[in-house]
Amino acid sequence: MTFPKSFSKSSALPATAEPTDISRRGFLKTSLSIGAGFTLAMTLPSAASKLAAGTSESVATDTVANAFVRISSDNTVTIIIKHIEFGQGTFTGLATIVAEEMDADWEQIVCEAAPANKALYSNLLYGAQGTGGSTAIANSYTQMREAGASARHMLVAAAAQQWAVPISEISVSRGVVSHGNGHSASFGELASAAAEQAVPATVVLKDPKDFSLIGADTSSRKDLGKTDGTAIYTQDVKLPGMLTALVAHAPRFGATVKSYDDKKAKAVKGVVNVVQIPSGVAVLADTFWNAKKGRDALQIDWDTSAAMSESSEDLMQRYRAEVENPGLPAVAEGDLAAGFEKAVKVIEAEYEFPYLAHATMEPMNSVVQLTSAGAEIWNGSQSTTSDQFTVAGALGLAPEKVKINTLFAGGSFGRRANKKSDYVLEAVLIAQANKSELPIKLVWTREDDTNAGYFRPMYFHKLKAGLDSSGKIVAWHHKIVGQSIMSGSVFASFIQNGIDGTSVEGATELPYHIANFSVDLNTVESQVPVLWWRSVGSTHTAHAVENFMDQLAAAAGTDPLAFRLAHLGEDKRYRGVIDLVAEKSNWNDKNEPGRLKGLAVHKSFGTYVAQVADLKVDKNGDYKVERVVCVVDCGVAINPDVIRAQMEGGIGYGLSPTLMSQITINNGAVVESNFDQQQVLRIEDMPEIEVHIIPSAEAPTGVGEPGTPVIGPAVANALFAMTGQAQSKLPLRSS
Amino acid sequence: MTITLNINGSKREIDAAPDTPLLWVIRDNIELTGTKYGCGVAQCGACTVHLNGQPVRSCSMPISAIGDQQVTTIEGLASREAKAVQTAWEDLAVAQCGYCQSGQIMSAVALLKTNGNPNDDDINQAMTGNICRCATYKRIRDGIKLASQRISAVQV
Repeated sequence: MTFPKSFSKSSALPATAEPTDISRRGFLKTSLSIGAGFTLAMTLPSAASKLAAGTSESVATDTVANAFVRISSDNTVTIIIKHIEFGQGTFTGLATIVAEEMDADWEQIVCEAAPANKALYSNLLYGAQGTGGSTAIANSYTQMREAGASARHMLVAAAAQQWAVPISEISVSRGVVSHGNGHSASFGELASAAAEQAVPATVVLKDPKDFSLIGADTSSRKDLGKTDGTAIYTQDVKLPGMLTALVAHAPRFGATVKSYDDKKAKAVKGVVNVVQIPSGVAVLADTFWNAKKGRDALQIDWDTSAAMSESSEDLMQRYRAEVENPGLPAVAEGDLAAGFEKAVKVIEAEYEFPYLAHATMEPMNSVVQLTSAGAEIWNGSQSTTSDQFTVAGALGLAPEKVKINTLFAGGSFGRRANKKSDYVLEAVLIAQANKSELPIKLVWTREDDTNAGYFRPMYFHKLKAGLDSSGKIVAWHHKIVGQSIMSGSVFASFIQNGIDGTSVEGATELPYHIANFSVDLNTVESQVPVLWWRSVGSTHTAHAVENFMDQLAAAAGTDPLAFRLAHLGEDKRYRGVIDLVAEKSNWNDKNEPGRLKGLAVHKSFGTYVAQVADLKVDKNGDYKVERVVCVVDCGVAINPDVIRAQMEGGIGYGLSPTLMSQITINNGAVVESNFDQQQVLRIEDMPEIEVHIIPSAEAPTGVGEPGTPVIGPAVANALFAMTGQAQSKLPLRSS
Repeated sequence: MTITLNINGSKREIDAAPDTPLLWVIRDNIELTGTKYGCGVAQCGACTVHLNGQPVRSCSMPISAIGDQQVTTIEGLASREAKAVQTAWEDLAVAQCGYCQSGQIMSAVALLKTNGNPNDDDINQAMTGNICRCATYKRIRDGIKLASQRISAVQV
């Protein structure tokens, strides 16, 4: 294959606006600055990129309206996307917002991933460039609107000047600028003149009632090439002279290389080099298969003196003992002891959650080239700035000497937001040890991906609540035991008073008003590497809280829906999603024979989700999740179909750990290695899903994660209705 | 050693060890990257290609076993069924991360070649070997049904 032009080493043009490069080339026409995000307006020919693509006959001209918008004389509008696209629909979502304010035609929009540039492309909620916590839309909404409105203003100003008419008399619709006296021009025709216009200091944003793209159901996705094999992922990058590297990782957590013999590995045809790195021994070869054969031929003596020897069972036993010790308070409201004194019934429950692998379809990988100019990386990472700074630190380079090309990722779910840039750094260290300027592609096999981590931590929960004589919850004590995700990483400074928020989120802020309310955390240590996993703390807290609520409802002799409504606090958005899910699932109707329903509600990352799982149960008690009704309130709905897709996918992703997925540790090593052992959801277990979106004018919040944590308790609650047994050990099919 | 493979209608001379899986020859030697690596043990279906029209997991098939059979990858799809599936996939926005979708589409096309009107059980049976971690299964199912309705109208 030929390498895509935007990544081509031979292309003379930067993929996006880099002020210094462009001014050096003398293409800069005007340069104005009104703060981060609106840096320059200029015109540059895209002849070089056309040449690279083999179409030299026409020379289009690109106008950079701002850091996020480039308009070409061929009428293409390119939106620079500062967040990675890994399936959640960011290209489509952010482009919709810009195109809305520009009044562009959706068909003229193309998207391009932003380069690493903290100053221009930071996540405004994090202060660093990165994607996570379902923040892409939430942090960019106003910024993208302003970028679109600013570009529109420059086009209109150019037209007003050319036609000698007032700006106020010009209208824009679907990529055409026009004036009542018959003047009309496309964005492309106005592009170079627009570049001469001043970037506006302020812009007027549309009244949401005038939105035609935001909230519309007709926009096609902009992450293209996914039905004909042409989309390029890290796995597909091919550079001249590139070598493929496979790493033999330690067989147990904490083991290190004592010595190794690479004679047989180096004798494999195609193997070029074998190097030791901190995480193991890497084999570099011309192809994947030769690198794998080389790795299989390595003989490594591992030093296991500091290796982990515990199993998952050992850890759970340790967690169960630990829960009896006093924890640190994450929340302590009211007077717990006084609350329990008022109780006529006290209910207790325990929950065990295993380690979970992200198991992205594209295993971890990264391409890197080290030259005298610095480092260049091609991959699909969520943590652009963090990777850039970590790699720069490891190589002793200034951060701007680390160039990152962000590609589509074949799934991530948090895995490619590594707190230590693990696989990115591994690729860099291999390239460094190889002492060559040849690019290298690090490829993890599926087994590497399952065995090396990182994982959603294992947790143990213990809950105790008291009901008064009217069936109201008068005391709630929730204890959580597990490893800290942030500890020992660059995120450690976020740990406040010993509480890692990712361990308790979803348990500390409930939909329900409970006067005497405590959540305690006991943080424990283990050598198993842990990380955020789609919806993070809510993956376990939502299950514990919402399944416990059904147990309390049963103890109070109340319907689970009515019990929840009786305890709802002041936040009316919970009520909205619950009422609609009850209506759409016919909650109050009697179940048909062999059918059972379970309800759960949870807010994560500012988005409210209620789900009803409808289970079909046979005579043996075997069950299938037949149908799910999902209601989501995420504020302004940018792309309803993307929201539906994320709810569907989030439910499917959450069903894996609900029903069958887990990572088990034995003697400090992961037991599962490939998809024959690590079971994940397949098509026959996917329910029918119906998604309803609450109409809202609230600021938009994310949808990538919030669908995931709700399905587990919804299913567990249906099973509780059937058996009267708490669903306390995940995955449910293991117990 | 050199092996001749018939891929997407053209003969290719490949210099690779006979035990090399077809997947890696397609990706590393022929440089067609639409066919993906997901597991290497025929458990996930990301590497699905057609061998004389039948869906196979190319990660677990050594090139020595191919002989003169016709290999079709996602890049070589041209049939009526393929166009119907790919168009339905676009219209329903099936793909999310998209990494598994070449394999999903190859399995779906092979299903529709032998069964123009599959029911849910037929779809489950044909597609259970293709994992999608984004869990786009609902739309995959809908996409196959939509494609089956459209096949006869597709121009090829």
